[in-house]
Amino acid sequence: MLVYLVRRLVNVVFMLLVVAAVTFGIFFMVPKLTGTDPAMLYVGKIADKAAVEGIRHKMGLDKSIIEQFWLFLRGVFAGRDYNAGVDMTHCAAPCLGYSFKTEQAVWPLLLNRVGVDISLAVGASVLWLVFGTATGVISALRRGTTLDRVTMTVALAGVSLPMYFTGLVALAVFVNQLGWFPNSYTDFADDPVSWFQGLVLPWVTLAFLFAATYARLSRATLLDVLGEDYIRTARAKGLKEPVVIGKHAMRSTLTPILTIFGMDLGGLLGGAVLTEKTFNLRGLGYEAVTSIQSSDLPVIMGVTLFAAFFIVMANLVVDLLYAVVDPRVRLT
Amino acid sequence: MSNTDKPFLSVRDLKVHFPTDDGLVKSVNGLSFDLERGKTLGIVGESGSGKSVTSLSIMGLHRTGTKRGAPRISGEIWLDGEDLVAASADRVRKLRGRKMAMIFQDPLTAMHPYYTVGAQIVEGYRAHHPGASKKEARKRAVEMLDRVGIPQPDKRVDNYPHEFSGGMRQRAMIAMALVNDPDLLIADEPTTALDVTVQAQILDLIRDLQKEFGSAVVIITHDLGVVAELADDILVMYGGKPVERGPAATIFESPEHPYTWGLLGSMPRLDRELQDRLIPVKGTPPSLINVPSGCAFHPRCPYAELTGGRSVSEVPALAEAAPRHHAACHLPIAERHRIFTEEIAPRL
Ligand SMILES: Nc1ncnc2c1ncn2[C@@H]1O[C@H](COP(=O)(O)OP(=O)(O)O)[C@@H](O)[C@H]1O
Ligand code: SF4
Ligand SMILES: [Mg+2]
Repeated sequence: MLVYLVRRLVNVVFMLLVVAAVTFGIFFMVPKLTGTDPAMLYVGKIADKAAVEGIRHKMGLDKSIIEQFWLFLRGVFAGRDYNAGVDMTHCAAPCLGYSFKTEQAVWPLLLNRVGVDISLAVGASVLWLVFGTATGVISALRRGTTLDRVTMTVALAGVSLPMYFTGLVALAVFVNQLGWFPNSYTDFADDPVSWFQGLVLPWVTLAFLFAATYARLSRATLLDVLGEDYIRTARAKGLKEPVVIGKHAMRSTLTPILTIFGMDLGGLLGGAVLTEKTFNLRGLGYEAVTSIQSSDLPVIMGVTLFAAFFIVMANLVVDLLYAVVDPRVRLT
Repeated sequence: MSNTDKPFLSVRDLKVHFPTDDGLVKSVNGLSFDLERGKTLGIVGESGSGKSVTSLSIMGLHRTGTKRGAPRISGEIWLDGEDLVAASADRVRKLRGRKMAMIFQDPLTAMHPYYTVGAQIVEGYRAHHPGASKKEARKRAVEMLDRVGIPQPDKRVDNYPHEFSGGMRQRAMIAMALVNDPDLLIADEPTTALDVTVQAQILDLIRDLQKEFGSAVVIITHDLGVVAELADDILVMYGGKPVERGPAATIFESPEHPYTWGLLGSMPRLDRELQDRLIPVKGTPPSLINVPSGCAFHPRCPYAELTGGRSVSEVPALAEAAPRHHAACHLPIAERHRIFTEEIAPRL
């Protein structure tokens, strides 16, 4: 178990290194291909040649790719000094460098942004897990009835309707027409009530999208499970139907859902581009879009690493949880 | 204990029909038999002859509905003076696991993979002994595991089903079924999924336990060999109907029905070369939607021509061939005896 954990954690670090290397490679290649000069991006177009050269040297952009990557990695773990004679800047670990555009340090910027995604993802995931699964289970137990057909049609709509459609409709109705919710995000620390109000619509819209998938999945899984021999055995023992369903069948139904839930949550924590865009939230997804639009490579790099981190960790957590819920799974 | 003069278990004209998209599947179509306490009935027939559907009907497990839909059930199933077909679903549930219990073909899939063997036995016990504490129930579970021959039962009780071998799992299933000391035990192909050596052990165990608990046992199998030493009576089913019924010894010594002859011929026997063995029943089991006219066995029966067309046009009734011995065949009894002694018996 401990050996497994250590091995998996080493694996996590390795995966992140690979992601970093690939992104860094692209980071290095893109200016070459597009003919843009990263140093120019820092100082702006009107700067004189000497200033550009100074920045190039200070940021280490004049070094080889291997050396730059090494400096970047060392910066992540040990911090980094950007040094050009008297003009020295210290970037504390974990250092992800500075934005080309705003010259803000990337790490604190993203740390600030990720709060939005955590708020968004956690709230929405609780909603969709509870309502999606409950809907699927009720549908399965009432299969073939009108209730089942109506719910599954709504779920199909939920799966097929894009976020910017449901989101914009929700905005038009609840924000613009009814004025029930603000169209802005407030930090939890600043004002919990506004934080909550600002997130209700994004939560519900995002949860609707996912709940649809979860409803369909849990319905199909429960129907499968109900056909299992061990369900027949549970009934043969004379257990009451609520015990047969609520205990024996649900235990098996929730296991695969847990897996997908972990992956979905991990994915969302790394940024929800469409939801953020629709609801004007500034999370990692927003940062990803703006940084790509402006070729702000240090920020792109940071966002990618954040997203990769959440996904890889979600993977690990799901695997560990699986071993807890399914005694047949051995961590080796 | 019985409050009527009926036999302990008495099935009367049981019909179980499944409506499907292809038509009405007549899985069981007019089955009657009796079974007394302390006796064992073997129900034998090829796969698809309606054996499992029969046993699930007795247990009332069709009511809760399967994935393939709930059947129409008619007839009577009397258990200790109570008609289970007419009883409420909740009444039958209360009898399940306490008065009647069942073990299944594949003990691996029949146990929940996420709960320990002990937890699953404890659950069955406490379902019918609401006053029992967890500790008492666990003690009972260990006791039962010990009784069915599982070594170190106090340790094994905490194992998961996948940590047991196939034979041990079936023993644990038996422990689970017997935990409430039921009066009726139904074993549906209890050894089919097991190794040959383990099969014999499980059958011995069932016999021992029956002697000890004095319950009525129904053993369902496609293999006559399984019930040869175990059953007091044997019922042979074909296409959802009984074709022969009688004491086990009689069925083996002087079987009346051509289908039973075929089953006897397909029994694995170690003392014979394969070549000079009787060829097992040729052809495929009948459709249960469009059941063959007359005797459902006629498309496969080598003697159908000997009945002057009656095999094709007329459904043979289960008629007495000897005291307590019935068969459903149009062949005259004397003719059956001649064919069996001259053509069949020498090749068995
Ligand atoms: N739920 C169901 N719906 C439709 N047909 C069924 C259902 N359950 C069993 N059958 C059919 O009934 C017939 C008898 O099945 P079964 O009793 O399982 O046979 P066996 O004698 O092998 O145990 C089979 O043809 C099977 O396909
Ligand atoms: S009734 Fe005819 S077809 Fe049926 S078993 Fe007897 S001889 Fe064969
Ligand atoms: Mg069967």
